[in-house]
Amino acid sequence: MTDLTKLTLAEARDKLKAKEITSSELTGAYIKEMEGARALNAYVLETADKAAEMAKASDARLQKGEGGPLEGIPLGIKDLFCTEGVRTTACSHILDGFTPTYESTVTSQLWRDGAVMLGKLNNDEFAMGSSNETSYYGAVTNPWKGKGEDKALVPGGSSGGSSAAVAARTALAATATDTGGSIRQPAAFTGTVGIKPTYGRCSRWGIVAFASSLDQAGPITRTVRDAAIMLKSMSGYDPKDSTSVDQPVPDFEKALTGDIKGLKVGIPREYRVEGMPEEIEKLWTQGIDWLKAAGAEIVDVSLPHTKYALPAYYIVAPAEASSNLARYDGVRYGLRVEGKDITDMYEKTRAAGFGAEVKRRVLIGTYVLSAGYYDAYYIKAQKIRTLIAQDFKQAYEKVDVLLTPTAPSDAFGIGEKTDDPLSMYLNDVFTVTVNLAGLPGISLPAGLSARGLPLGLQLIGRAFDEETLLRTAGVLEEAAGFNAEPDAWWRA
Amino acid sequence: MTQEAASKLIEGATGAWEVVIGLEVHAQISSNAKLFSGASTEFGAEPNQNVSLVDAAMPGMLPVINKKCVEQAVRTGLGLKAQINLRSVFDRKNYFYPDLPQGYQISQYKHPIVGEGAVLIDLPGGEMKTVGIERLHMEQDAGKSLHDQHPSMSFVDLNRSGVALMEIVTKPDMRSSEEAQAFVRKLRAILRYLGTCDGNMEQGSMRADVNVSVRKPGEPFGTRCEIKNVNSIRFVGLAIEYEARRQIDLIEDGGTVDQETRLFDIKTGKTRSMRSKEEAHDYRYFPDPDLLPLVFSQEWVDEIAKGLPELPDEKRERFIREYALSPYDASVLVSEKAIASFYEEVAETSDPKAAANWVTGDFFGALNKAGLTIESSPVSAKQLSELINLIQDGTISGRIAKEVFELMFDSGDDPAKIVEEKGLRQVTDTGAIEKAVDEVIAANPDKVEQVKEKPKMIGWFVGQVMKSTSGKANPQTVNELLAEKLGVSSDN
Repeated sequence: MTDLTKLTLAEARDKLKAKEITSSELTGAYIKEMEGARALNAYVLETADKAAEMAKASDARLQKGEGGPLEGIPLGIKDLFCTEGVRTTACSHILDGFTPTYESTVTSQLWRDGAVMLGKLNNDEFAMGSSNETSYYGAVTNPWKGKGEDKALVPGGSSGGSSAAVAARTALAATATDTGGSIRQPAAFTGTVGIKPTYGRCSRWGIVAFASSLDQAGPITRTVRDAAIMLKSMSGYDPKDSTSVDQPVPDFEKALTGDIKGLKVGIPREYRVEGMPEEIEKLWTQGIDWLKAAGAEIVDVSLPHTKYALPAYYIVAPAEASSNLARYDGVRYGLRVEGKDITDMYEKTRAAGFGAEVKRRVLIGTYVLSAGYYDAYYIKAQKIRTLIAQDFKQAYEKVDVLLTPTAPSDAFGIGEKTDDPLSMYLNDVFTVTVNLAGLPGISLPAGLSARGLPLGLQLIGRAFDEETLLRTAGVLEEAAGFNAEPDAWWRA
Repeated sequence: MTQEAASKLIEGATGAWEVVIGLEVHAQISSNAKLFSGASTEFGAEPNQNVSLVDAAMPGMLPVINKKCVEQAVRTGLGLKAQINLRSVFDRKNYFYPDLPQGYQISQYKHPIVGEGAVLIDLPGGEMKTVGIERLHMEQDAGKSLHDQHPSMSFVDLNRSGVALMEIVTKPDMRSSEEAQAFVRKLRAILRYLGTCDGNMEQGSMRADVNVSVRKPGEPFGTRCEIKNVNSIRFVGLAIEYEARRQIDLIEDGGTVDQETRLFDIKTGKTRSMRSKEEAHDYRYFPDPDLLPLVFSQEWVDEIAKGLPELPDEKRERFIREYALSPYDASVLVSEKAIASFYEEVAETSDPKAAANWVTGDFFGALNKAGLTIESSPVSAKQLSELINLIQDGTISGRIAKEVFELMFDSGDDPAKIVEEKGLRQVTDTGAIEKAVDEVIAANPDKVEQVKEKPKMIGWFVGQVMKSTSGKANPQTVNELLAEKLGVSSDN
């Protein structure tokens, strides 16, 4: 790690603007870190030349005193975002060699604002997973290891490449997506900050779809301020996405006043789940105390339908996925395995192109939408979704924001849960409700587990009130003073 | 049972059968762009020229509804006197086919944009009948598989992929192939009047799925078969005739009709099985999560209603009222918007009744014989009205007018010019006519005797006089002179 990669995004931005450093220097340092950290498998495609070029262009603008809010900032991009002229596969074999002729709205906004692309980041195949182990390009290893352990741990998922890259300082920040917790849980497992904004805040145009009614883009960053800066550039109404919402994008950084006096923070009692490790419980209590000390009022609230969230999620998300993934048929792009006729070609292509977890979800999704099962599964899940949204609505009549743990455990070992999908799905227990209700949620590092691994706390806000969320997160961040770093064992 | 109803029954070995028909008409919405993308809908482009990223279902692409198509569907609903639903929902109909890039068709399943309505159809003999409309919904068209371009491969043309269709579903209200054909004709006329579909069946802008069942009069509906994609009004008739007979024969031979989808083979004139009910797809319909429910205001609908043109039924009533036409003539004249406009232009400056006779008589006859449409007619409405006025003011006789019309049709010249050039002006000079009359009487003493016994014989003398004057003599004058000179009444 060099001094340059120690900077936060906000610090780097200020130094670039002040011409104390150049983007070429900063980007060069990150390229070096990226290339030295291949053991993590966080990047599935490095674009060092492109990064150097973009940095040079940024420097030219910065020299003239011009440039956008992210001018010269080197970022990693989750492989779910389509990038023009740069291979995009969603880490699936079925999109072998697919190079889009178009740029996703979110990344185009980042480039508009001056950011520099380091490369494409690993993720669970089609974002289906909680450990980044389902990627066609192999698992990502968490930069963190347990105290005195050598066991390789997962970085969370599906945005495991994003979380690992930011934690290992091989990207100053990263884009990510969150369908059931895919930004927040990896952030929690790697000591980083991850925010999933309100559904509709960021355009989904050009992001490979997993479950359309749940998918949202967001950043993974080192600090809450960095998240605020990234989110502003990523957000905004897009007429090309019918579900994006035409709301003004506030200056999220200005929301970080550090003042939460009188803020009402809800503690949902249903999130105290059975079998939750004591250290998670303790961290949660600690979080409550920090907020109290900062002048917030703590209120017990009930979200009675929470226990149905996970089953409902694992009906709605696969249902949408089974349909969204139908376009990968070998006809127009990506992988094709020839067959004796069209049906044989479909079957061989999809059998070879999709991994086990994707197949499992396509099967589940197809099943729950089938004639005779639709009402019992899909319709019921949609009803639960409405009830969960109502739970939150009622809670927000009493409180401004909710505090919960992000994940029920610290990072687990690679291979530990791959044979047990149900235990894997349980990772999302605190995060899926937020997606089902379309609300914003943020995870920030708040402490270390007994094994010396990062633990996250989650704040859940009202729809389109990311400002309160970020302000509260800023206060918690300050109080937690989390400054632990993983040992750089991966350095080549 | 009325006389008319009885006449529609089909005689079988076991007695009379009634055929029951319902139609699902797919009509391409007239719009410059597709239903969910900006790609052009122009007919006849090179394969895959009118294809956007959305139409090709590239990863991360999202549909955005084309407002013009919605407006056209509402306009059509109003034209069908149907209920307009201010809230409707787009669903995904999932199935795999190479010319269906998304792997699903976006359609409207449970909540269509238009509900129940009615269409008045015109039957031979001036009889009218109401056919109920069940619903109208919007959906995407698929692309086209080309199986004849390569020895071992099929090619796919996506130009039609995503083109907006209206599916108009009738109630099972039709009882004969004539009624079904009359319905399609009337529907096509309404769509053309509205400008919401060009109705060109040969270009695929309109096609029908025909549901046919048979029963003994008064019994419940029989099992129906659906004949897919019938693409001309003639074939609609032939397919129904064949299918009804097939079902009657089957039942009378002790068999039962299986519910199935059938194809009409234009070469053999027969229908054949395509797939049985058991083989029917499970389309796994569910609301498209990429699209919000389609919601618009009553005010917007009212605005569209204000701009609605006069439709065939109203026009027919007005023609009967204003021009004193027979219901039959009025029906014929309003059957096509272009014909009605042509007629009105003729009738504006000439006698409306004579105009109707000319347009539906000689004019249609000449067009049919020449294989021309009204748009490509060599005789303009203005010219036809001039011709009629030449008859009315006695310049030419009706008989000469027919000759003049033929010359007009061949040359495109004005009638006055032809009359002058060919010297066809009617002879009203009594002296000249009297001379011709006297000559005929003098040359035929035997006939003069006969006419005294049989006054109707005067017709023969009229013919002879007309012949000798090359038809230019005013028939009225000829009649009067003959009657006087022969001593018989001219009223015969």
